[in-house]
This record gives sequence, structure tokens and C-alpha cells, in this order.
Amino acid sequence: MDIPRERLLWIYERMALIRAFEDRVAQLFAAGKLPGFVHLYAGEEAIAVGVCAHLTDRDFITSTHRGHGHCIAKGVDVKAMMAELYGKATGVCKGKGGSMHIADVDKGMLGANGIVGGGPPIACGAGLTAKTLGTDHVAVCFFGDGAAEQGTTHEAMNLAAIWKLPVVFVCENNLYAESTPWTYHCAAPDIASRAAAYDMPGVLVDGTDVFAVYEAAGEAIARARRSEGPTLLECRAFRYYGHFQGDAATYRTAEEEASYRQRDPIQRFRQTVLSQGLLSEDELDAIDASVKRAIDEAVEFAETSPYPPPEECLTDVYVSYPAEQLAFRH
Amino acid sequence: MVVATRVLSYRQAINEALRLEMRRDPTVILMGEDVAGGATVEHIEQEGAWGGPLGVTKSLVSEFGRQRVLDTPISEAGFIGAAVGAAVTGLRPVAELMFVDFFGVCMDQIFNQGAKLRYMFGGKAKVPMVIRTMIGAGFGAAGQHSGCHYSVFAHMPGLKAVAPATPYDAKGLLIAAIRDDDPVMFFEHKMLYDVTGEVPEGDYIVPLGKADIKRQGSDVTIVAISRMVHVALQAAERLAVEGIDAEVVDLRTLSPLDEDTVLSSLAKTRRMVVVDEDNPRCSVAADIAALAVDKGFDYLDAPVKLVTAPHTPVPFSPPLEQFYIPSPERVIAAVREIV
Repeated sequence: MDIPRERLLWIYERMALIRAFEDRVAQLFAAGKLPGFVHLYAGEEAIAVGVCAHLTDRDFITSTHRGHGHCIAKGVDVKAMMAELYGKATGVCKGKGGSMHIADVDKGMLGANGIVGGGPPIACGAGLTAKTLGTDHVAVCFFGDGAAEQGTTHEAMNLAAIWKLPVVFVCENNLYAESTPWTYHCAAPDIASRAAAYDMPGVLVDGTDVFAVYEAAGEAIARARRSEGPTLLECRAFRYYGHFQGDAATYRTAEEEASYRQRDPIQRFRQTVLSQGLLSEDELDAIDASVKRAIDEAVEFAETSPYPPPEECLTDVYVSYPAEQLAFRH
Repeated sequence: MVVATRVLSYRQAINEALRLEMRRDPTVILMGEDVAGGATVEHIEQEGAWGGPLGVTKSLVSEFGRQRVLDTPISEAGFIGAAVGAAVTGLRPVAELMFVDFFGVCMDQIFNQGAKLRYMFGGKAKVPMVIRTMIGAGFGAAGQHSGCHYSVFAHMPGLKAVAPATPYDAKGLLIAAIRDDDPVMFFEHKMLYDVTGEVPEGDYIVPLGKADIKRQGSDVTIVAISRMVHVALQAAERLAVEGIDAEVVDLRTLSPLDEDTVLSSLAKTRRMVVVDEDNPRCSVAADIAALAVDKGFDYLDAPVKLVTAPHTPVPFSPPLEQFYIPSPERVIAAVREIV
């Protein structure tokens, strides 16, 4: 596959940035620095990055409760993301969304989503906007294997198909819906074949191989841009951490978890580009160092940022509404 | 400037509001089950497509085409959610939830997505969408096609809720709702579609959040919503015969609430009855009563009385349904208790 050098560097940098972000968030969470819960994307980097490599800020994505990786792949600022996880005023959502609702519409990132299956209909709407306004923008809907069983996902795939919307459905099958194995919750031998029910292409992809994801997503996104309708990609990968950080993960063995790392998407990328002489070890190491600095700076930024004043609770509910009716009565 | 008016039905007034806004703004689209009608039937756009089961959106597809008047599958979660996604990315969708009772199958998209996105995103997004939906008993449609349920939506931060009672208000409020940058639930009472009234030509706005005094009076304030405004007016005429002068306040918008108009009327009359076809627990009616007690306590010379539906689903059998719907007689009885 012929991927321009600059894009190869970008792919590595984004995957490394996601990994570094998530590993640091895991530590910060364990240290009690982050409120709420966090659902970490480490291990699945190749999917978000391989897909978003084909998107611009004018294209849209919808995401899941495991949304940090999608944000970073879509270009959301990691300082503002980290500050959001801390609940700080400088957060990308001013501290009102947190990990599960992290979003940046200026980057076309229509939100992580605390509701499993919340995003697919919204992706259809973004696709409908592109179709109605006659642009060639696309919407990518990331969803998990758990969300594959939600009615909204099926309704959205059907809607996108009958209206030929420029939407790409990317199922991130990380093998477990919380603790429930996908082989239990899914009646079919794969999720990709469900595309047949909606008369769209369905493709099973190795989600630990960024080149495979890049190629499949490129084809699906190009098809969407040509107004030829939606595609379903099922990308299989592993999530290194639990469903949420701190999850005891009693539903899988230590051996199973250890085996995941043998197909680590970042290591696989390194091996491929080094063995083929596409990038040098020095270049990759330099990216690793710059990523570490970026995360250090993000943490520093988040920790030194102020919390929002309590009254900030009362803003941004509506564009316009009588302020006194948003406040407490007494 | 003199604006010509003519008599239109509530149905025609809503249709005209949609037509004018679609002409004015190419980003306004309609979507819902059968809003065009007869998809795939050749030439039906010009020859009598349904325009919804009660014909409210009739003939809009012939002017604006199927790209802007979108028949949807019976997938409320899918298309209401698509309306949210379209609104957040640059359109002004008007989605039709055929009967409000169907909110059960799409509520996540309304209240977890549409209503909360702006807040969760720290104010970076706006969701300028309207969900038009049919409410109300009186049609013999029974338990799953007859509720009002607007109290559920008025309760939810992030949503606005509008319930017009007259053709004039229906047109002006719908235009305001479409131009509003927040998600608006627009409740149309199915028993009002054939009610007629003077409606100006051209576009005009009835601002959201403003109640309207439909009848001036001095002895008691009757606050009413949607079809109950007409019930309250009938009661007021009959009370006038016995020398009781009732003021009828049409709430028009349920969220935000026009507290000033309600409280000013109460300050004048010192007595209040609230008439609401929705179920009584945790309702808009109960909220108005709480407002009167909280901010209007010093005005009150008598208890606030609520005339509402019972705490039951809507029954089918005609005498049961008539029992369910608040009547002028029940309003009169409530007024007599406190005047």
C-alpha cells in the first residue's frame, strides 16, 4: 500500500499519542486524581487512527463511552482533553462533559456517548446534513460490539442504506461488552455480515493492523463521498484495560490479556515500517519523545488549570432561556 | 401596516408555518412517518400524497420535493436521532413523532442526546430542531395514542415545550420554534386540527415563553393548556352568567414558563384554577400550583385547584373517555369552590 511518508508519521504519532494518553490516564485515575470513571482505548488505536486518517475537520464522527482515542485521532487538543478529564474550566467541554461526553464539534467530533448505541442515529443526521447541503463530507459512526445489539444501531444502518447517506459504520469488536463475550451476545458468527440485511458492504478487518484498517476505511469513505451509500466495517481488536479503569476483569484470564500484546498495533506498525525501510528508528523514537512531552504538558496544564466556578453549572443548557428558571428556586 | 388575515384551521395554520419557513430557509427539512406519503408511488407528490395520517403536512412534498420532506421508516429512535445529528451539524430539522405516546421508543435520542448535547459539550454545539407531535384524548384512540405527556418533556432541562391552542398561536409559535436555536417539543392537540380562527398572511412570530390572556376577568384566574383553553373559555362564559368574572390564561409555552403573566393575573384575581388534560402527578399543572404557592402566596385568598385528567391511562369506551377529559362542568365546580 502506498501511504505518503507524512501520513505514516501522522499515523504513528496519533497511535503513540493515544497510547501515552491512556496509559497516563490509567495512572492518574489510580492515583485518585480524576473524578468519575474512565474507559480506556489502549489496544484499539489502529482503528480510530486508520479510519480518521481519511477524514478532515469537516467530516464528522460519533463515538462511544470509550472515546478518548477517537478524539485524538480526530485532532482534538490533548491539553483540553486532559483538563476535561480533570473537570477543569479549561476542558474541551468546560468541565461539563467529562470522559464519557468528551466532544469538539469544531473538529467534527460529535461526542463520546454514555449511551451504548446513542451515536448511530446521530451519525445518520450528520450524513443527512452533508447530503442535503450537497457537500462531500462523510460521517463515521464508531460503535462497539455491545452497541451492535442495540436497536438504534440497526435502525441507523437501515436509514443510512435507504437514504444512501454518506455514513461509515465502524464496529470496534473488542471481544467484550463490559464483561459479556461477544460470542455470547451476538447470534451470528461475525458482525460484519449483518451488513447484508441492509444491502451494504460488510467487511471484517484486523483491527490491530492499522494498514488493514486504513485500506478498508479508505475504500468505505471514498464510497460514501461518491454518494454510493454506507458500509459496515467490523474491526477486531483487544482492549488492554478493563471495561472501565479499575474493573477486576474476572471475565478473562491473565494469559488471555498477555496474548493481546503479541498483536500490539503500535509494535506491528513499527515492525512493518522499519522492515520495509519506510521510516527510521530515529524518527519513531523522536515521535515517542515528543508524545511523552505532549502528555506531560497536558497533565501540567490540567493540574494547574482552575475548576469552573459553581455558577457555571447554570450556563450552556440552552442558547436562550430565562436564567432565573435555571437556578434553584431557593 | 395592515396585514390581511383569513380564517384557517389549526391544521392549515401549522401547514402554512412549515411552508413559509421551508421557503425562507433551505436548511429546514421535514422528516417523519408518512409526512410526504406514498414514497415510490409515481407522481403521487402532485396528486394527493397523504401528508401525514391527518394531512397536516399535505402538499408540502409537492413544493419542496422528497429531498426535504422525508418519509421515514417506522424507526422513531433512528430518525429522531438523525434529526439531532442533522441539527448539530447545520440543518433545522422538523421531525414528526406521530403520537406523543410513541416517545417510549425514542426517548433516549430526545432527552439523552438532543436535550443534553449542548450542555455536555460545554456550549459548543446547538441543536436547532423541532419535534412536532400529536397529543390528546377525544378521538377514541385509547391508551397508546391519546396521552398528553408534555409534562414529561417540560421536566427535562435542555428542551423547550410548546402547546398552542389556536390557529393563530399554532402558526406563530411553530415559526418561532423552527427559528429557535434550542430543541423544541411542539405539541399539537388532535382535537384542535379542525378548530378555525383568524390567521394573518405571511410570517409572524409568537414568542416562546409568553403566555396569553385569552379572556380578561377579575374574580378568578383559570390557567389552561392546549385544548383545555377552549374548555376554560366555555366555563368562563357560563360562569359569567352567574356573575363570576374569570380570567383565562393560555400558557402556550410550558418550558420556559411565563411566570410573570401567571403571577400578575393571580395578583389581580387572588384565586386560581389550573386546567390540564395531562395526568396530575408531577405535572405542569402541579408546577403552576407550586409557583402560585411559592411566589404568589400573598396574593392567594383560597386554595389553588387543579382540574386535570385522572392518574390513569386514557380509556377507550366513549363514556370512560369523556369522564377522563376535564370538562367545563368540572372547571365550573372548581371555581365555585373557591369564589
